[in-house]
Amino acid sequence: MPESKPDLDATDRRLIVATQGGLPRVPRPYDAIGGELGIGGDEVIARLQRMLDSGVIRRIGAVPNHYAIGYTANGMSVWDVDDTRIDELGARVGALEFVTHCYRRPRRLPDWPYNLFAMVHSRNREEVAARVAEIAVLLGAACRAHDVLYSTAILKKTGLRIAG
Amino acid sequence: MPEAAALDETDRRLINALQGDFPLVAEPYREVAESLGLSEAELLRRLESLHQRRVLTRFGPMFQIERAGGAFVLAAMKVAEADFERVAAQVNAFPEVAHNYRREHALNMWFVLATATPQGIAETIAAIEAATGLPVFPFPKEREYFVEMKLHA
Repeated sequence: MPESKPDLDATDRRLIVATQGGLPRVPRPYDAIGGELGIGGDEVIARLQRMLDSGVIRRIGAVPNHYAIGYTANGMSVWDVDDTRIDELGARVGALEFVTHCYRRPRRLPDWPYNLFAMVHSRNREEVAARVAEIAVLLGAACRAHDVLYSTAILKKTGLRIAG
Repeated sequence: MPEAAALDETDRRLINALQGDFPLVAEPYREVAESLGLSEAELLRRLESLHQRRVLTRFGPMFQIERAGGAFVLAAMKVAEADFERVAAQVNAFPEVAHNYRREHALNMWFVLATATPQGIAETIAAIEAATGLPVFPFPKEREYFVEMKLHA
């Protein structure tokens, strides 16, 4: 998304550091954060709203452990797609309702010919395979090869932790 | 392979509701609780339990750190089975490693680095290579077509 970088001041940065680990689970969480930063809860809310509007924050909410909520099959599907068609096709793959992340990334030849990554979460591997087959149909002849890398363990999942 | 947690219907409704837009109001939990027909105390209690059981890995703002001058990069390593635990511990010890997955492939460790500056990525990769003695292959995103981290519970 070609946008100018939003201006963040030192207080915004302190607010990012204070909330990147999560919101406090107390009745007035924004007041609690404001108390740590020496600003009011209203200002915390206004600053978070501004960061949401400018895209610095994607959304505010819960991140489930996908295994725990039943999505025990997680396949990172990777595709070698014709460079002249990847942007058009990548947008269409990303629009599939079962694709949770979709990116174009560089190839690492000769070992890694894939330039399109589409993450598929399902309840079992058969379901992932069926969905990967749908992507294959969509890509058609523009795709030369593909693979699916199933995850077998979450080794870490803490999210962003930048230093203050 | 980890197993699915035991969740009741209320837990599932709560997880689904909380993946949406958490309200930016003075008492947001009360507002969400009311929309679910729960008391605020019950919602907070369940939220705590879901964290303790690691059903929720975090709860709060998801930052798109590139918009704040930082960087996210996916990277992979090829780790021998005998070294896997040691290398996983070494990689996970870096606070810049936001998450890390084991995957079935010759490149069997895939992690995301998040740093406050773009230069931080190269520095962290060099430090991980030095700590583990293994090469790190970065796969920076060239274009994002879609990201939606919501999953129906």
